[in-house]
Amino acid sequence: MKIDIVNVSKIYGTKAAVDNVSLSLGGSGFVGIIGRSGAGKSTLLRMLNRLSDATKGQILVDGTDILALKGVEKRAWQSRCAMVFQQFNLVPRMDVASNVLHGLLGRRSTLTTLFNLWSEADIRQALDILDRLGVAEQAAKRAEALSGGQQQRVAIARALMQDPAIILADEPIASLDPMNAQVVMDTLKRIQTEDGRMVIANLHTLDTARRYCDRVIGMRDGRVVFDGTPEKLTTGVARDIYGADGTFSEAATSTAIETLQPDTDYAVAMLGD
Amino acid sequence: MSLAPHPDPADYLAMVRRKRLYGGVLLVLFVVLMVSGFRVADARNAGGFFDGLHRVLDFPAEIFTEAFANWQNLPGLFVQFIPSLIETLNIAAVSTMFGALLAMVLAFLSTRGLALWPRMTPVFRRMMDIMRAVPEIVIALVLIFLLGGGPVPAMIAIAFHTTGALGKLFSEAAENADLKPVEGLASTGAGWIQRMWLGILPQVAPNWSSYALLRFEINIRASAILGFVGSGGIGYDLKTALQWGQGKYDQVVAIFALLLLTIIVVDHFSDRARARLVKGGLEA
Repeated sequence: MKIDIVNVSKIYGTKAAVDNVSLSLGGSGFVGIIGRSGAGKSTLLRMLNRLSDATKGQILVDGTDILALKGVEKRAWQSRCAMVFQQFNLVPRMDVASNVLHGLLGRRSTLTTLFNLWSEADIRQALDILDRLGVAEQAAKRAEALSGGQQQRVAIARALMQDPAIILADEPIASLDPMNAQVVMDTLKRIQTEDGRMVIANLHTLDTARRYCDRVIGMRDGRVVFDGTPEKLTTGVARDIYGADGTFSEAATSTAIETLQPDTDYAVAMLGD
Repeated sequence: MSLAPHPDPADYLAMVRRKRLYGGVLLVLFVVLMVSGFRVADARNAGGFFDGLHRVLDFPAEIFTEAFANWQNLPGLFVQFIPSLIETLNIAAVSTMFGALLAMVLAFLSTRGLALWPRMTPVFRRMMDIMRAVPEIVIALVLIFLLGGGPVPAMIAIAFHTTGALGKLFSEAAENADLKPVEGLASTGAGWIQRMWLGILPQVAPNWSSYALLRFEINIRASAILGFVGSGGIGYDLKTALQWGQGKYDQVVAIFALLLLTIIVVDHFSDRARARLVKGGLEA
């Protein structure tokens, strides 16, 4: 799948949240978008999923402008383009498996979805995905009863249920402690490498971007100011992206994630390998 | 850093005096309005308020004396009126159910952030205002004229009013719902009905059921009153029995006792149910 973002802007009042951005994304890489709060990272992802409308521009997916899609076609695109949120955005009072099955909302009849008449095959698939992400035991619990890290994995399971070509992750680990953050990032990375799905993640920390991404995009004031491999993301470049003065310290953008041993037994166990 | 200039106590005292003066003027105005209003009302009254005051309790006294004299009739009368009581309760239950279902739809359509057609929200809000503003008895009288007496006009009338009243309360509860789950559902390609049903309803269900139960209690009274204008149920029996000089006051007492008992029982159980619902003790 090839995505071409062409001169896309999103203007709120007089302020451009995303200012004439053009990008080409293709294949199945892990793309990280970094930048300060308000740099336009979230707005860009939300426009890709069509949760927000663009003010102008085009987003061509294999040649089709998805910004022009309406009704059923728009919903069909959304079901192929899964999204993971900072606050998980699960339905708190519903059980975990139901939340995963919501990934099929765009593909099953309204009656099926409203009255929980999912087929046995659908339910089995949801449970398999939960098992793959190491949260199968929680299937019957209410989503609100789970820890943040578990909820985020349920949200990723919902995304996988959509069988998407692309997963957008909007600050997926910003609400999690370092241990859970690593589990969630490892999960996303595994999905990207094993399933060949493209992952685009807004990230808050440089070290996470460096460790997981094949390509890093830096945004500042709604514009793309950096686009390259993680190796090119030097402290000087980061200073530019974050618009920092002399007091900028890279440590301030890091979480303790780097202090953890990579691939600890804990993380592996949580992933259910 | 310099301190603010020291305030003059005289200014503050002047302000206090001014406030007291305004307060006093308002109080005098209020008393004058009340007294003159009462005098106008009393002058237009056929009898005169103070002349009739000592007779206020004559009618209830007469009812109770007569009923007490015929006390052995009461158990039989209770049994006799139970079918009408059930009819009254049925009218209340059915109209609460239909009213609540319509109110759900209108609430979703008129709540900011949820509405299917955001520009139409004021239209749906005004619709609910109108439904709420028209008293049940007015609608019932018109419908009885058109459709003839019976429980159907009463049910339509009460359901109509209930829709307006519950729709407003439902919409206010929905306004406070968390939109994150709705956004999560939207991102998967969910349609509007799916977003409302799966994203909002689980959140608001306890509050909405609680409001609907409260409305059921109110509708029992409304349903009894509508009996007076010919919609059947226990209200109709009460109207017949209350007519003066028929010696049926024992029936009046039986009906009132039944109504009172029903309201107490419904109130008790719906209080408990509502407390459990709002605390989240039940599955939504």
